[in-house]
Amino acid sequence: MTSGSSLEHILIVDDEPAIRRFLRTSLTTQGFQVVEAQDGKSALEELRRQHIDLLVLDLGLPDMDGFEIINQLRHSGSTVPILVLSSRTDEAGKVKAFDLGADDYVTKPFGVEEFLARIRAALRHKMQSQGENPVFHSGDLSVDLVRRIVTVGGRDVKLSRREYDLLRMLVLNAGKVVTHKSLLKEIWGSEADIQYLRIYIRALRNKIEADPERPQHIQTEQGVGYRLRSQD
Amino acid sequence: MPEGRRGLEKRPSPEALLEAAKREEGRGRLKIFLGAAPGVGKTYEMLTSARQRRLDGVDVVIGVAETHGRVETELLTKGFETIPKKRMLYRGQVLAEMDLDAILQRKPKLVLVDELAHTNVEGCRHPKRYMDVEELLAAGIDVYTTFNIQHLESLKDVVAKITHVLVRETVPDSIIDRADEMEVVDITPEDLIQRLREGKVYIPEQAERAIRNYFTEGNLTALRELALRRTAQRVDEQVLNYMQTHAIAGPWETGDRVLACISEDRGSAALVRYARRLADRLHAAWTVLHVETPHSQQLKEADREYLGECQRLAEKLGGASVTIPAADPVDGITSYAEANNFTHIVIARTHRPKWSELLRGSTAQRLIRSAHDVNVHVMADRAEQEPDLQKAGIVETRTRPKAIDVNDYSGSLAMVAGALLLGLALREFLGISNIGLVFLTAVLASAVSYGLWPALFACVMSVLAFNFFFIPPLYTFTVADPENIIALFTFAIVAVIASNLTARVRAQAVTAQRRAKMTEDLYLFSRKLAGVVTLDDLLWATAFQIASMLQLRVVLLIPEGDILSVRSGYPPEDMLSDADLAAAKWCWLNDRPAGRGADTLPGAKRLFLPIHTGRGAVGVVGLDNDRPGPLLTPDQRRLLDSLTDQAALAIERINLAADVDRARLTAETEKLRNALLTSISHDLRTPLSSILGSATTLRAYRKSMDDAALEDLARTIQEESERLNRFIGNLLDMTRLESGAVVPHGEFVDLSDVIGSALRRASKVVSAHPVHLEIAPDLPMLRLDSVLFEQVLFNLLDNAAKYAPRNTDIRLRAWREDNLVRIAVLDEGEGIPEADLERIFDKFYRVHKTDRKLAGTGLGLAICRGLIEAMGGTIVAGNREDRSGAVFTMTFAVPSDQPSAQEKAA
Repeated sequence: MTSGSSLEHILIVDDEPAIRRFLRTSLTTQGFQVVEAQDGKSALEELRRQHIDLLVLDLGLPDMDGFEIINQLRHSGSTVPILVLSSRTDEAGKVKAFDLGADDYVTKPFGVEEFLARIRAALRHKMQSQGENPVFHSGDLSVDLVRRIVTVGGRDVKLSRREYDLLRMLVLNAGKVVTHKSLLKEIWGSEADIQYLRIYIRALRNKIEADPERPQHIQTEQGVGYRLRSQD
Repeated sequence: MPEGRRGLEKRPSPEALLEAAKREEGRGRLKIFLGAAPGVGKTYEMLTSARQRRLDGVDVVIGVAETHGRVETELLTKGFETIPKKRMLYRGQVLAEMDLDAILQRKPKLVLVDELAHTNVEGCRHPKRYMDVEELLAAGIDVYTTFNIQHLESLKDVVAKITHVLVRETVPDSIIDRADEMEVVDITPEDLIQRLREGKVYIPEQAERAIRNYFTEGNLTALRELALRRTAQRVDEQVLNYMQTHAIAGPWETGDRVLACISEDRGSAALVRYARRLADRLHAAWTVLHVETPHSQQLKEADREYLGECQRLAEKLGGASVTIPAADPVDGITSYAEANNFTHIVIARTHRPKWSELLRGSTAQRLIRSAHDVNVHVMADRAEQEPDLQKAGIVETRTRPKAIDVNDYSGSLAMVAGALLLGLALREFLGISNIGLVFLTAVLASAVSYGLWPALFACVMSVLAFNFFFIPPLYTFTVADPENIIALFTFAIVAVIASNLTARVRAQAVTAQRRAKMTEDLYLFSRKLAGVVTLDDLLWATAFQIASMLQLRVVLLIPEGDILSVRSGYPPEDMLSDADLAAAKWCWLNDRPAGRGADTLPGAKRLFLPIHTGRGAVGVVGLDNDRPGPLLTPDQRRLLDSLTDQAALAIERINLAADVDRARLTAETEKLRNALLTSISHDLRTPLSSILGSATTLRAYRKSMDDAALEDLARTIQEESERLNRFIGNLLDMTRLESGAVVPHGEFVDLSDVIGSALRRASKVVSAHPVHLEIAPDLPMLRLDSVLFEQVLFNLLDNAAKYAPRNTDIRLRAWREDNLVRIAVLDEGEGIPEADLERIFDKFYRVHKTDRKLAGTGLGLAICRGLIEAMGGTIVAGNREDRSGAVFTMTFAVPSDQPSAQEKAA
């Protein structure tokens, strides 16, 4: 912690100066401290040199693969949250980034609101996993992870064991996308088929969503996974 | 010059100019919509084209349009002025016919006359509708008409053969030839049969019968081929015509024409090459002439073969080759040269005995004397030093087998023995000279039955027997009486002459028979080829014919792309050894024989000969048999040439039909590319202009602006960027779809899940429209690619939002029907014009709207269809029945292996 400041340090790694400029402007106005790197080498350099709270990483860099950076970071034991900037058509790339240990992604082009929401979710998750709040609130939904109580608009909701496990996974990662793969692995073991997950998500939505066809809480990230919205 | 060489002429030919003049002389223009069978959509196409013309401001009326109750077609006729039909009383029935006079009086610019082949009711001015059309054209009125290929007069027999239906209503070919434009309305046989099944052509019972009897896939394919081929032929003629009228072919010709006169003398091949060089220098067309004189009848096989090779050489070098009969070569040459405006005659120096030249003058002298306006070139002897045909790839041929047939001689001997017995029996009643006649009969009989040599053998035997048994002293070979010596001698001479003559007659008869048989076979072969429509059938027929006529094994190689491979063979064969393949390739590349018996790659098992037309090689034929030595006699070689020539023409014809298909595809691609460019430049630039404009305004004037104005500009930038992003996304999707990069990843998908996420993604674009979901509970899971399907839903929602007025509802319905799940997106816009229902799925097609500025990219729906079909579903567009508005309905089959909630809960 070189600066000793309470501001969170965000490292932006992207080779496009225009993107960096736009991200820097919006992040600075929101009170973040911004560090920039235009390629993989200088990014790794910055990560070594100072404390970084969150990494915003473009997958296509001039000198090295974005995946390579994620890989190196995670192998060196770093738990810094990584937010990947990806392109729309590249579902496989997103999934791969998650497999390597990325925390979330935003699809280019994106609006600043969406970007900041992801940043906050990633940072909040970091705080929560340090053990802060055992009761999750979002809109009319609240989940008490200690007492295993789920209520919607104040009414208790009865969930089966797997439904609860599923919801719990999502709550623990609230605001972030949780991939199909990790959900399946956590709840059914590694060999399970994605269709089970779909059936359970439908069941869960029927219980906690006011209109299951237009879910407010559990959102589908097509081709990647699910995200539990975190509204305050 | 023969007909086929016209294309080489570079002066506008008089016929072509005349033709063009006839066209421009205030006559109406005729456009024919040609189809292979009823139901392909000719009338529809005609009406659509006419509609376009009307939009262009042309005065169009309908003379007659047979919609056959097809709704789409019926709808198209709306809005046209229709000349009411004339009611006519015929045998107590009222029949309606096109009112020719009314049209002539109305005198529109363009009249639509459906069904050109129609026969008018008795009492009309003309018995046939095409005659009405001619009158309309003569009156200067343009005519659009439709016509099915089976009604073409010249194809009547072929069609009858294919379909077993004799067509009675025919139209002469000249009408087609005179058409200014011809458009083939073409759909694949499968599509047509599908349309029949869907009841779009006939009512159901009729349709079923029609499919069984007439509309079989085979028939339709054949008819389609005919239609395409006929059009291709016409296109060819048009190009020729155009080139001739416009003298496209290049530098103007000097008007020189070169005539090379060849004979069986070696050196003719050199003469052919010399003529070619001369013609090149003069920029002249050239022809090789052979004059067939009575002397030619007696040519040796080798000489005939040589002549044939020279003629083939001429054709290969781009000249024409002509043979004419004449009593005297010089007369023949001069009259031909004068009749055909030749300016140069090339001959070779002849090597006749001095006395012959003294007696008659040399050919050159006589030519110079009789042809006044023609330059006569006599090729120098040294020109013969150049490589002659033997080096130019001639093929070794087999002389006809002349094996001694013992049976012939024993037959002759038997005949002489018979004569002897008869002579002995009649000895008492006949004089010696008469007995000689008995023997003579035997000799003649031998000549007739067995030919010259057995007859001469009979001669010798007869003389011996005559002498031994009948001429005193008897039973010796001596002759005592000098008178008898003369008798015997006379007998021998008469017998030899008579047998010689008879044998020659016999030989001629045999040759004539063989020729007749061969001609007949060739004729049958050409008939067979005319009926064949696919390349494979054609090759098979050719291989079979060659094999059976020449008693050889045959393979046919046709290039596909750059690769030459065996396409057919008799007996069937599809592999060649490497040596053979190398020989075949060499033959193909060099357009010269190779392999066994040829001088290139003689080690190959087979002999390969190019199959070529005037335009070049189209394939290679490979031959072999089990006998050693050369494969073919010169006669057989000629026969093979005739066979391959016919096959080559047919192959070219079929290739041409394929070319027409390809050309149309290219044209479509071209059209698409243009649309793409227009669309891209428009769709990319429009949002970019707004963004750039707003951003520059922000930078320059933000200080003097209020918050609302700033917000407005910022929003413009945002919205236009999003629009740009959607467009680029669509372009990318389309590219991926077309390059085959989209491989749907099928997995069980919960429909409401995908609908939910699509709605969320589309929330901005549909923000001005309340979206109502009507999703049946307990829908089964579908096997889909959720990412792609979300894209489809997004595009459909986007489309609905774009084309329906603000604040109108968009409905998304999903329900199950038996084993199908349907998902529909409904809007409350104006709906889609009937005519556009199918076309809106075309790339870059947009329903024309002038009052709406939210133009789409013209890609969204094309992507939807592409994706839905890639996922095994269907998507159709329609209009709402309850109110105005469009409906897009997607249909998927319910997978049989539906996962159940119980199973996995365990």
